[in-house]
Amino acid sequence: MRIYLDHNATAPLRPEARRAMLGALAEERGNPSSTHALGQSARAMLEDARAQVAHALSVSPGEIVFTSGGTEGNTTAILGAALASKKRVICTTPIEHSSVLRPLRLLADFGFATHLLRVGRDGRVDPQELRETLRAGNVALVSIGWANNETGVCQPMAELSAVCREQGVPLHSDAVQALGRIPVKVALVDLLTASSHKFGGPAGSGILFVRQGTALEPLLRGGDQERGLRAGTENVPAAMGCAAALRACLGELSQAMPHCMKLRERLWEGLADLPGVVRYSGNSAEFLPNTLSVGFGGIPGDALVARLDLEGVCASVGSACSAGAAQPSHVLLALGVDRERASQVVRFSLGVENTAAEIDEAVRIVRSVVLEMALGGARREQWRVR
Amino acid sequence: MARALGRVLVAMSGGVDSSVAAALLKLAGYDVVGVAMRLWSAPGSQSGCCSLDDFADARRVAALMGFPFYVLDFAREFETSVLEPFVAEYLRGRTPNPCARCNQFVKFDALFQRAQALGASFVATGHYARVRQSATGEPQLWAASDAAKDQSYYLFGIAPERLPQLLFPVGELSKREVRAIAEQLGLPVAHKPESQEVCFAPRAGYAALVEQLAPDRVRPGVILDEESGTVVGAHPGVHRFTVGQRRGLGVSRGEPRYVVAIDPESGTVRVGTKPRTLAHGLRASGANWLVAQPPEAGTRALVKIRARSAPVPVLIEEASAEGFAVRADSPLSAVTPGQAAVLYEGPRVLGGGWIEESWG
Repeated sequence: MRIYLDHNATAPLRPEARRAMLGALAEERGNPSSTHALGQSARAMLEDARAQVAHALSVSPGEIVFTSGGTEGNTTAILGAALASKKRVICTTPIEHSSVLRPLRLLADFGFATHLLRVGRDGRVDPQELRETLRAGNVALVSIGWANNETGVCQPMAELSAVCREQGVPLHSDAVQALGRIPVKVALVDLLTASSHKFGGPAGSGILFVRQGTALEPLLRGGDQERGLRAGTENVPAAMGCAAALRACLGELSQAMPHCMKLRERLWEGLADLPGVVRYSGNSAEFLPNTLSVGFGGIPGDALVARLDLEGVCASVGSACSAGAAQPSHVLLALGVDRERASQVVRFSLGVENTAAEIDEAVRIVRSVVLEMALGGARREQWRVR
Repeated sequence: MARALGRVLVAMSGGVDSSVAAALLKLAGYDVVGVAMRLWSAPGSQSGCCSLDDFADARRVAALMGFPFYVLDFAREFETSVLEPFVAEYLRGRTPNPCARCNQFVKFDALFQRAQALGASFVATGHYARVRQSATGEPQLWAASDAAKDQSYYLFGIAPERLPQLLFPVGELSKREVRAIAEQLGLPVAHKPESQEVCFAPRAGYAALVEQLAPDRVRPGVILDEESGTVVGAHPGVHRFTVGQRRGLGVSRGEPRYVVAIDPESGTVRVGTKPRTLAHGLRASGANWLVAQPPEAGTRALVKIRARSAPVPVLIEEASAEGFAVRADSPLSAVTPGQAAVLYEGPRVLGGGWIEESWG
């Protein structure tokens, strides 16, 4: 039996999404831009998906752009808003996902400056500091992730939004980890990124919310699809899967949240007395209910994750390179965690389908592995002394 | 079945040797776990991370043979135990041996710690070397059966208590046999060309790497010809020279000149004719012994002072836990401080150390 505790990496495909996609694939295929009957039917499915997503997010269908996922959404929002502005500063935080930080590096070559807001030890941005930064002027866009994928910390979006509105600066939020895990009030922001596979839809599919009237230069240019904001023939089955997953996920959010939170605390309680354990994700309402980031002193995170995999538990290191080795996480480093401790962090991220029995089994496995490793470490020290 | 033989962690580079090592252990019934070691990311590489390509071949072999495979990070260990000393040694006018150091401190120390973490009882690599048991059951490190491929020189730093846990599945094979096995098993790496010996040096070479990593510590100086006692040229840094080096000295006339000694304090590179590069005596420090006690003074042995040189008979003049001094029967050419001196008794590795100085 495999116990899947890596939902922040990807969530299992929801049956609703699978059904919707198989349905779309079974249809005769037309290009949604074609005017004939097959094209019209594809267009109808696409617009139906858009309407479902818009309804689920309480926005208008015309504000939903289907993308290839979180990275495209973030890149489009950041480059597009910067290029559409006469101002030359992008304001963000040091704990953003690399798909936010890397496009900003590119913008630096085109005369844009990045202002990094400080985050406290709790990982949160101070709205007052944001206000002062925006008052200094020249800020084209504020981009702040709704919830962090490593620590699960959520930003005070209502307050940050009020500051941006007051100062008249557009606000983008990378909500890839938030949407489907906690209530996300899309009305608070002007641009919002979401990724389908994080809430049970297909990978390679995502949503970019663009509030009506927000100035945005398209990244992908060509045809006029997606109101000219995203050229390229639309992926209708992916949009259908995205919409179905989002509806299903948000429909059960009020049960999923307490369920995940209860299991997360059950997992933590089972691990809290292990030697050298440190918890990097909190248990208050300011944290994602499904994420537990912990480090065990002296145990490299990537080795622990590999061992857990051999024992049937799927977890992740806090931050991994493309090949899967632990990298010192820029998020944890920004929160003041040293390089060694950062490399020990293991992330367990839960989902609605996890059960208490699975968590108890995971606790048993993690405990025995960590205790074995810690004892091995003690033996090693003896060798050294000798 | 797999349980009976135990779990073995196999260090996999994606090359044919380690791939065959892992495959043979899997076929023998071990519970194989493949591990690729992420040692460092090339400076200037945009991702700041190893590319998937580096490990894709190893991953494919693992999938084909049906065992799990992980990439583990050793960047910190590599930086402190290999890369930093590598730069420091060159700047001290010595010629470091990063592979031997990497084996000693990263592969056969840090990797063993990860093996324990993964619940493995054994560690295996694709090195051409052998671990043999003596009549009394004492494990010994031996050179590979294929002398042309032997890599035991690089392995002298293995802690003796690790030997019983070490497996070198290709140590009894020739390269040809290894390739034949890979081909027979359909491993996608069967025809992969040999890799370079130093995995992290950029194309531009060691000197460029040193200059890149420690630009403010590079020390220019002069080239002094010991034959004439005159300065024959200037150079941009002592790290560009190795004892025994002949090229790039800017001395073109007369008998060929070789680097004889490097004085990092003054930045002087001393050059001379061939006879000045020969020595009978050498002293090594930082010894690691793979015998119960350091050999007694007066013991005869063989020494190798670089990986590809033939072993030379020596008399051990002194040996302790810290180091040793030997006197060779015939002159050793270009004894290079910073390289390893490894002592053998026939094919058996007795131990080794880092060359400090040579004489006579």
